[in-house]
Amino acid sequence: MSTVAEQSPTRRGNKENKAPISDRTRAERRLGWMLAGPAFLVMLLVTMYPIVQALWDSMFNYRLTAPGDRSFVFLQNYMTVLSDGVFWSALAVTLLITVVTVAIELVLGFALALVMNSVIKTFRGVVRTAILVPYGIITVVSAFAWFYAFDINTGYVNNWFGWLPGIGSDFNWFGQQWSALFVIMASEIWKTTPFISLLLLAGLAQVPGELNEAAKVDGAGWWQRMYKVTLPSMKAAIMVAVVFRALDAFRIFDNVFIMTNGQYGTETLSLLAYRTSITRLEIGLGSAVSVILFLCVLLIAFTAIKVFKVDLAGGKG
Amino acid sequence: MSTKQKLGWAIAIVVVLIWSLFPVVSILANSLKPASEFAGGGGSFLPQTYTWENYQMIFTGGARDLFLPALRNSIGITLIATAVAVVLATLCAYAIARLDFPGKRIILITALAVSMFPVVSIVTPLFNVWRQIGLYDTWLGLILPYLSLTLPISIWTLAAFFQQIPWDLERAAQVDGATSFQAFRKVIVPLAAPGVFTTAIIAFFIAWNDFVFGIGLTSTSAARPVPAALAFFTGASQFEDPAGAISAAAIIVTIPVIILVLAFQRQIVAGLTQGAVKG
Repeated sequence: MSTVAEQSPTRRGNKENKAPISDRTRAERRLGWMLAGPAFLVMLLVTMYPIVQALWDSMFNYRLTAPGDRSFVFLQNYMTVLSDGVFWSALAVTLLITVVTVAIELVLGFALALVMNSVIKTFRGVVRTAILVPYGIITVVSAFAWFYAFDINTGYVNNWFGWLPGIGSDFNWFGQQWSALFVIMASEIWKTTPFISLLLLAGLAQVPGELNEAAKVDGAGWWQRMYKVTLPSMKAAIMVAVVFRALDAFRIFDNVFIMTNGQYGTETLSLLAYRTSITRLEIGLGSAVSVILFLCVLLIAFTAIKVFKVDLAGGKG
Repeated sequence: MSTKQKLGWAIAIVVVLIWSLFPVVSILANSLKPASEFAGGGGSFLPQTYTWENYQMIFTGGARDLFLPALRNSIGITLIATAVAVVLATLCAYAIARLDFPGKRIILITALAVSMFPVVSIVTPLFNVWRQIGLYDTWLGLILPYLSLTLPISIWTLAAFFQQIPWDLERAAQVDGATSFQAFRKVIVPLAAPGVFTTAIIAFFIAWNDFVFGIGLTSTSAARPVPAALAFFTGASQFEDPAGAISAAAIIVTIPVIILVLAFQRQIVAGLTQGAVKG
């Protein structure tokens, strides 16, 4: 943290005088925690406390329809969840959505970042404004926009693409798994590519220009410079973008809820947790799904940090 | 630039524009269609006849009692959650950027961990606890969990902004005879304000976007925000076809987003990329 380094001369100046600095240091520490403490406490309160509560609730046979019958069952809820095919298919769908959307977004986002990075100044504002629209728009609104475009009654997609084999005016996009997932993923990609492209844009800005120039002088073509210079220099930014988007995609809920409500094999883990606890009021079982979802996210983050050595703390805005 | 290059850029920009704006235009077109055009058999992209009836429906007609309270809830809850998050995050980020105290890194890591938290994992226990302590279906019951969405990114963005402020200017102003309050107000506030403002916009977007808490922790129009209420437009059968009304409501809640993006695109992009570069 550069500011701290810049400040330290004053503190170092005082260091010769031992007693006053320890007072001063103590005062500074106290002030530091007084200022930062409330935010820290609120964050703990609104996340750590609920997850501990969920962990506790998950060990009880507890449904709100019969609150009196609450009994301790230890890990039985987890057994129930893990032995249920519904859970595994939700996990598979969630993983599929995560992998496909992140892969496509990485390519699209990189293309967008390149456009933003090299477009002439006059149009930079226009392009930035345009890509911030999907970023800022409410996910539910985007889900409805895509839903109505494809829906068999209100949509125009069937009319436009009727010439494609298998698609006609009676094709129900939300009637089977593959096509429903296609629309869900398309809306997710549309909404979140700007975020990934902005992270990659920040990475592009860090690529040393001299290196690219040198490669150009040495006769390297565009693709060669891309593979040998640009991509390796922004590896860290790419990894950070991938991890953040993967964790975000893994929690996908809004689009699925709006478009299919999990029908036709489109249920995701978040939706399963929500439906179990809030729709069916099975607090014990739902809490178990919530805890498993949390552990999955933890596992992804942990793998990213330990195995792929992604310094997440070094790249989050 | 050669003509060929110019043409290439023009095509690239047009493609980006169409890709980004198409769904918005699509829903705008829907909001201007009469109910008969949603009747089935596949519609057209643009309305065949233009009508304001969907907007009338959500502001004065049948969907009024569903939409107007939701709009009021969304605006109130989002603004309060944004303001609280920005104040807390400003104090926190100031301490992180300027003061030397143990635990700084823990705070930043906690913020990062919280931002990765699966929202649905929090909503189940909160649903249960909020019902017991009376926060279910209240503004406060949504403002608190919204802080888990808005605080982490606010802390990171502001810490990155504050670390770039030349704080020595404050001392320089004092040497030049300004009081410490004057130095703070005339030198530091103007330097810090853009960062705080940008953070507020980003926090607003995030809180405005929430759906999981909105649908999980409310049951009536007392606290239900617009995204959650939109889902009930479909469920309730008080209108013939909710597509037009939903589209009109969707356009209304998209207007603030478009205005903020148009006015502050430069700042928002700076805010979102800043942490990534300087963090």
